[in-house]
Amino acid sequence: MLMELKEQLLSGSAEEYLNKLFLKIEKSPLNGFTSLARESALQQAREFDKNPGQGRLAGVPIAIKECISTKGIETNCSSNILRGYIPPYDAHVIEQLKAEGAIIMGKTNMDEFAMGSSTETSCFGPTRNPWDYDCVPGGSSGGSAAVVAGGEAPCALGSDTGGSVRCPASFCGIVGLKPTYGLVSRYGLVAYANSLEQIGPLTRTVEDTALLMEVIAGHDERDTTSAEGKKRYLPIREGVSGLKIGIPREYFGEGVSKEVEKAVWDAINTLESLGAAWQEVSLPHTKHALAAYYVIAMSEASSNLARFDGLRYGLRFGEDKDWHTTFSDIRARGFGPEAKRRILLGTYALSAGYYGRYYLKALKVRTLIKEDFLRAFKDVDLLAGPTMPIPAFKIGERINDPLSLYLADVFTVPINLAGVPAISVPCGFAGHLPVGLQLIGKHFDEATILQAAHTFEKATPFHEKTPAVI
Amino acid sequence: MEDVIIGLEIHVQLNRLRSKMFCGCSTDYHNSEPNSHTCPVCLGLPGSLPVLNKKAVEFGIKVGLALNCTIEEETLFYRKNYYYPDLPKGFQISQYDFPLATRGHIMILGDDGVERDIRINRAHMEEDPGRLVHAGTIDRAKYTMVDYNRCGMPLLEVVTEPDLHSPKEARAFLDKLKSILEYLEVFDGSLEGSMRVDANISLKGGDRTEIKNISGFKGVEKALSYEITRQKNMQRRNIKVVQETRHFDEIRNITVSIRSKVGAHDYRYFPECDLVGLRIASWVPAIKAALPELPDAKRKRFVEQYNLSDDHAKSLTSEIKVANFYEAVAARAPPKLAAVWIADVLKGELNYRDQTVDGFSQEHMAEIVNMLAESKITEDGAVQIIRDLLDGRGSSPDEIVKSKGLGKAKDDVVQKAVREAVAESADAVADYKAGSERALNFIVGVVMKKTRGKASPGEVHKLVKAEVEKM
Repeated sequence: MLMELKEQLLSGSAEEYLNKLFLKIEKSPLNGFTSLARESALQQAREFDKNPGQGRLAGVPIAIKECISTKGIETNCSSNILRGYIPPYDAHVIEQLKAEGAIIMGKTNMDEFAMGSSTETSCFGPTRNPWDYDCVPGGSSGGSAAVVAGGEAPCALGSDTGGSVRCPASFCGIVGLKPTYGLVSRYGLVAYANSLEQIGPLTRTVEDTALLMEVIAGHDERDTTSAEGKKRYLPIREGVSGLKIGIPREYFGEGVSKEVEKAVWDAINTLESLGAAWQEVSLPHTKHALAAYYVIAMSEASSNLARFDGLRYGLRFGEDKDWHTTFSDIRARGFGPEAKRRILLGTYALSAGYYGRYYLKALKVRTLIKEDFLRAFKDVDLLAGPTMPIPAFKIGERINDPLSLYLADVFTVPINLAGVPAISVPCGFAGHLPVGLQLIGKHFDEATILQAAHTFEKATPFHEKTPAVI
Repeated sequence: MEDVIIGLEIHVQLNRLRSKMFCGCSTDYHNSEPNSHTCPVCLGLPGSLPVLNKKAVEFGIKVGLALNCTIEEETLFYRKNYYYPDLPKGFQISQYDFPLATRGHIMILGDDGVERDIRINRAHMEEDPGRLVHAGTIDRAKYTMVDYNRCGMPLLEVVTEPDLHSPKEARAFLDKLKSILEYLEVFDGSLEGSMRVDANISLKGGDRTEIKNISGFKGVEKALSYEITRQKNMQRRNIKVVQETRHFDEIRNITVSIRSKVGAHDYRYFPECDLVGLRIASWVPAIKAALPELPDAKRKRFVEQYNLSDDHAKSLTSEIKVANFYEAVAARAPPKLAAVWIADVLKGELNYRDQTVDGFSQEHMAEIVNMLAESKITEDGAVQIIRDLLDGRGSSPDEIVKSKGLGKAKDDVVQKAVREAVAESADAVADYKAGSERALNFIVGVVMKKTRGKASPGEVHKLVKAEVEKM
């Protein structure tokens, strides 16, 4: 897709293409974009039209999730508390994109501070699923997924703390990758749960994801957890002959919709018919993953979100009172209910007397979950299962029942706890709603899951289907 | 004062480092506009990440070793969570479990005149918060401004055991610590706010109070003295001392309550995942090997090598600058005499003028000591030369001797004056012979007048006595 788009832009006009997108976005019912960088983007497009340059993404517009710092463009994590904050610096990934000539077209909607799987907790209201406007696009990178699926942007970046790239990719029928922890620099990614999250691409094809990964991955000395070296993913190796795929038995059964289960098994059978071998494996600690994930994520969040006090940037209103009253008022008004819930629970979990019972225990479970994966990867090259146990649900259906929302993350959070990479690719439909196949790889072995995903994509028609709005 | 129990927490800015603890901002902010030495990292802007300054850790290990601490195999950073406007992230990156250094000790001179070890509980690294500038005093200010230039400065927090028993001992400890830090070249004590002290103090059987953020060693002494008096008065009146945090008001020289420990802070320490654990065990041997000679060792060596009294050696080694100055002078002039003149005279004159030894030339000092050794000048003359040089009157000892005529009279001239004076003072001689030792002073006065003060009174006294005895 992006390769063809580049050809098309070179022979045509980037400005014209961009204007078409902006026109479409203006009329869009999706609410995927929160702001557009219209002037700077058009300016860059005009420059491209004069002199295209050599960048690998020259002239290609890209949508950026609200939580990734963009110099001069408001970055508010879809939270009132950060409304008006314009960062003075670019995230590492933005620098990399700009260096390759990509055009930042705007910012996309998300769950407030990435806390959610439906993009309903945003201060800008929910984003709609292009396949069914009454449904959520998934989350938290719901805006990024919806605008790509809806044809409003050719590609986007999201971030994935517990499934926030893969879930909306699955619900919107596109490709989304959560890289190995440490592969992509987090410098400039506004932290929700910093030990878990990675920035990842959301695209229409696996090849596009590989291309974006080549641009954004690589060492950055400003992120101490960033891994050394730069990897190549293109051209993606085709074929799955000889690949051994593990099917985690814990990823099927209770809680998984029949339609999802069928689509995923069909996909596994397709991979088998293409030459891969599969075997059942066990990830025995999966049932503890959700609890561990939420304790760790909320604990980290309670600390990461402490800096938002309105003193230096962000929300400020009325007359200042004394320090404690002023910052308490700002936080009370600035954060939405889900952010407050997680800050409170995280603060509780880290408190003296509870730290050992919750946080330390969660860290122990995390180690066990990581060991589950390492053990499984002794026998197989990659794992396959559903990304989400269900297809997209109706807007408003679960928002007042946080536990049922959290339960939907059951197959995505273990991957973040273990730090391994995983990709979601379209593998069929449940009625009119897309279903995603999740392929999970060994640490830093994005190449193998890209290979399997790409081969699967070539052999199936799902990625070619587009929602009716296009 | 065994009934007074004091423990100190000293925040030392490792200000000889060039960049801050977790970012590339310069540490040289003291004469800069507020908030001009900042970046996304030290301002804690959303999305920024800390990168550890390894040199800061190296400095920390140096101090740990000099305080006779055990250095941890692997050190970890933690988040200390609390809300305050000077803390832009809402947490401070600090250490908790696995601090850099634990269980050390340094020696001080106790109030009883006996030297003893004060135990160090731990030394850990953390980032300095910004600086609050109150409009007026802290308890009355209408508003407060924040300067983040200081934010992210590398700090080492040294925590003692409650081994100190008086404000004077606390001062002795701080002086010793400062001395060691300057020997290690990790710290410049002349910069504002470079060392800040929290002092915990209690009377035997009572609750303790913590006096926060005292700057200046004199401040520590004053704050502790005030607090002892306050607590004693309360005990006397049977009022319970409450456990609380107090602030030292430097202007009024009193401590004031700022918050009660009831509902104390829960800092919710947990590991800082943006920094990875750092294995430092392998760094230690090289750092240890490169440690300079420390004050106690230097003091011992001075006694042995230069045959100095322990007092002189101590006085000369408390500041590395003075010690180096002394050794440079001792290489060119008689060491024992140099020690007396530097420790007893020069240091006093410098103190009086609030100057450091940097302002005095080693060559000049050696010249003065040599002239004294060769009896070319009197002791009064030497003091005069030192004062003139410090006050900018004269360019060299030699020049001052010439211009002021401070050259000591030749012995034969003195001898002649003594003979004349004795001959002229028959009454005084008679008094002396009659048993009045003081009568000699009159004759010495006459000699001094004749030699116009260029003779040394001590020597003249000896010569006069000998001359009179001959009669």
